[in-house]
Amino acid sequence: MTYIRPKFRHPDLPKNDLGYTTREYEGSLSTLCAGCGHDSISGSILQACFELSIPPHRIAKLSGIGCSSKTPNYFLGNSHGFNSVHGRMPSVATGANMANRDLIYMGVSGDGDTASIGMGQFVHVIRRNLNMVYIVMNNGCYGLTKGQDSATADAGSKSKAGSVNPFQPIDLAGLALELGASFVAQSFSGDKEQLVPLIKAAVSHPGFAFINVISPCVTFNNNPGSTKSYDYVREHIEATGKTDLVPEKSEILASYESGTGTEVMLHDGTFIKLEKLAANRDPFNRMDAMNALRNARNRNEILTGLLYIETETEDLHHTINSTDRPLNTLDEADLCPGSAVLAEINEDLR
Amino acid sequence: MPNSKVNDFVIRFANVNGTGSASANYLFAKAIFRMGIPVTPKNIFPSNIQGLPTWYDVRVSEKGYLGRREGVDLMVCVNPQSMPDDVLSVKSGGYFIYDCTKALNPALIRPDVTYIGLPLMEMCLREFTDPRQRQLFKNIIYVGALSALLDIEFSVLEQLLAEQFVGKEKLVAMNIKAMNLGIEYIHSNYAYPLDIRLERRDLVGDKILIDGNSACGLGAVYGGATVVAWYPITPSTSVVEAFESYAKKLRVDKETGKRNYAIVQAEDELAAIGMVIGANWNGARSFTATSGPGLSLMNEFLGLAYFAEIPTVLIDVQRTGPSTGMPTRTQQSDILLAAYASHGDTKQVLVFPSTPKECFEMTAEALDLAESLQTPIIMMTDLDLGMNDHMSEPFQWDDARKYDRGKVLNASQLEELPRFGRYLDVDGDGITYRTIPGTHPTKGSFFTRGTSRDEYAAYTEDGRVYARNMDRLLKKWNTAKDIVPAPYLYQKESKSPYGLIFFGTSTYSAEEAMDTMAVSGLNFDAMRLRAFPFNQTVEDFIHTHEKVFIIEQNRDGQMRSLLINELNVSPQKMIPVLNFDGMPITAHAIISLIDKNLSPTLNGSTSKILS
Repeated sequence: MTYIRPKFRHPDLPKNDLGYTTREYEGSLSTLCAGCGHDSISGSILQACFELSIPPHRIAKLSGIGCSSKTPNYFLGNSHGFNSVHGRMPSVATGANMANRDLIYMGVSGDGDTASIGMGQFVHVIRRNLNMVYIVMNNGCYGLTKGQDSATADAGSKSKAGSVNPFQPIDLAGLALELGASFVAQSFSGDKEQLVPLIKAAVSHPGFAFINVISPCVTFNNNPGSTKSYDYVREHIEATGKTDLVPEKSEILASYESGTGTEVMLHDGTFIKLEKLAANRDPFNRMDAMNALRNARNRNEILTGLLYIETETEDLHHTINSTDRPLNTLDEADLCPGSAVLAEINEDLR
Repeated sequence: MPNSKVNDFVIRFANVNGTGSASANYLFAKAIFRMGIPVTPKNIFPSNIQGLPTWYDVRVSEKGYLGRREGVDLMVCVNPQSMPDDVLSVKSGGYFIYDCTKALNPALIRPDVTYIGLPLMEMCLREFTDPRQRQLFKNIIYVGALSALLDIEFSVLEQLLAEQFVGKEKLVAMNIKAMNLGIEYIHSNYAYPLDIRLERRDLVGDKILIDGNSACGLGAVYGGATVVAWYPITPSTSVVEAFESYAKKLRVDKETGKRNYAIVQAEDELAAIGMVIGANWNGARSFTATSGPGLSLMNEFLGLAYFAEIPTVLIDVQRTGPSTGMPTRTQQSDILLAAYASHGDTKQVLVFPSTPKECFEMTAEALDLAESLQTPIIMMTDLDLGMNDHMSEPFQWDDARKYDRGKVLNASQLEELPRFGRYLDVDGDGITYRTIPGTHPTKGSFFTRGTSRDEYAAYTEDGRVYARNMDRLLKKWNTAKDIVPAPYLYQKESKSPYGLIFFGTSTYSAEEAMDTMAVSGLNFDAMRLRAFPFNQTVEDFIHTHEKVFIIEQNRDGQMRSLLINELNVSPQKMIPVLNFDGMPITAHAIISLIDKNLSPTLNGSTSKILS
């Protein structure tokens, strides 16, 4: 990345419904390596939020530790961000979401942060169906400590120094499906055309939305023999179909086109359009998604796109029956039972 | 001496856990409380669900001493497993009640103890048919027998049963039948009452009987906690259970049936504290409760909350460590871990409650302190305070009280501000202004991080900027000294060359020890610590005394170490008075240790204080 950001902006930059240009969605200058896949993902997040016309301050960005977890500083500068501790982003996001159900929670993590130190929290945040977007910027290595293999590195994948990873990888999308995640997608940092609509759909999904994004590490894991390099991913990618999000809410009625595409209506009336679905793919069938993912892996292919979605889903607030009002807006009148009630409690204890 | 044992004795129940003895024993203790006599019950239980020995001690004290006392005046032993040890723990001249359905092993007979046999099993087999009832009513029969032996008013027991089983008249009647079986058996077989017995008094006033954990849970409801995240661990579990039970009654919207609170049982303590930090960061009052092993796990996050300055409330119900230690025994041994929790230069604010009333007040206050100081507040209670019922002053709440949300900027304040600096010390007290996510479309956002940053929350590796921030945190620490609960001084000015310092559950026995020693003419000044950081009063107290005894319940004198480390005081004059066997400290132990220090010439033999 360049260290000088031009102040000039084209006067005719497109504006969204809020009258904002993408400028209102930018963050600080990235300090990641030039060509890092993570920066492309940051760009896609920015673009998705711009296109959805989300007021930036209605988003909270959360991350753990690692290269990926630095990125929330590089997008949505008008949003509060929380760069927490290694592998613990899901718990911080859970607490934040409990405090205010009205914000959009954008969690960003890496393969080390999620598949190793943070595996426990990742598993449990899925189990609770927390209403959040959880993006893993998956490069198969520990970039910030100079390229050690991570738990998502494929067996047989070769490092820059030439050593071969002997261990089986953890397939995060497969795991999310197995654990009952209500939205699972997979994508590639280099494919903005696919990633931006997926992020938009994830934001609109009223439960836990997981996107595993293969994001090559240009410095430590982009060598021949690596299965997370740009070249390898481009050669082995297999899109499950093209996704688009149609944000019109009440005007479009639910209609399921036959043939190559389908539309998914979300809770708020938004549609996800799935076009050019691969033969026999059913995004509403978890078993089908798990099979498709496994079959692609057996062919050394990376299946991308929206793998699974459950439109009728109930998030953690629903499960625990918490109030519709954000808990952080309640005051003494809502919360404190007062002295008369306390006098009764005292009496019962005598 | 006639009547010397009226309202002044210790009775111990030896039971098998999981047999329903706890509620019968509680009935016994509560009846004494209702008779206006000060009472302290203590449950000494195993880390087990069913089948192991468990004891319940009830100390009755006309003088109102609520600490533990050694020596059992009357043992009710219904557990054959522990019988040999139980016989030995009875004081000479005391009583031993046992189930005489089976003959007592002659080896267990002591000439200096009076044996009272009750055919509990035989009576139950004869009178009840249901196997569970046969087991449960054994306990009620011995309560009946005790009421005859000790002069417990029958009407009080009747009333308590009626309150316990509202709407279940049949159960009340069966309990009363069982109780009468015990009473009649004593009436026809033994002389009664015993010399140790009860007499109605008016010494309880408007006090309440409750455990500290319930008081913490209630305090959190009153203090406005809305998000609770936790992981089960003895002895802290009942804090959150109490919060939930009170919140279900007091925090549910009557119209919608929805809850004005959220409780999440986390996957571990790491996640529990992470959720609490996330919720507080997002402007909701949130707390967790744990014990030693959980506190160890939470250290990483406590460092983040300290450095990133996020309000956090943690209730540590201490148990016996290290490691898993004795999970169902008490100690005050997490002090140093909590005070300096996490790596790097950290200092954490601690508060030390010593009664259920303080558990209630300090929990509510901790929620205020956390937000006003923007830092973790760790409440250091313990198993003895948390899980045992204590006679306490009643809870109070001022309806005019507002929650202190600290320095939080709203949208209009942000609008007027030329530039918001999250870590800019505007007021010079080390406490900076924060914003809650979602407040303003274009102003007030910042990036919270555990990495070093400047006054405007931007990442920095500039050592000077880093050091400036660390110094400001120290300034905040100094500000905290006079905001946290002040120490309680027992005297207006020093009267003795010797001072006592104690805190938490050591208080009851320390007060009793002071009383007892005063009778022998040895007077002490005393101070009860209620918080860390220590303020000037603490340092002054130590400076104005020749010797200071620090009474605490751990092996290493952790509070003593903390005082020496934090204050400019001479270690030589700081004398540790310690108990760490997992049982609450007794006045006798305190007096012995102080005596040993003050009477070195007696070479360890009993001095005038103890005689």
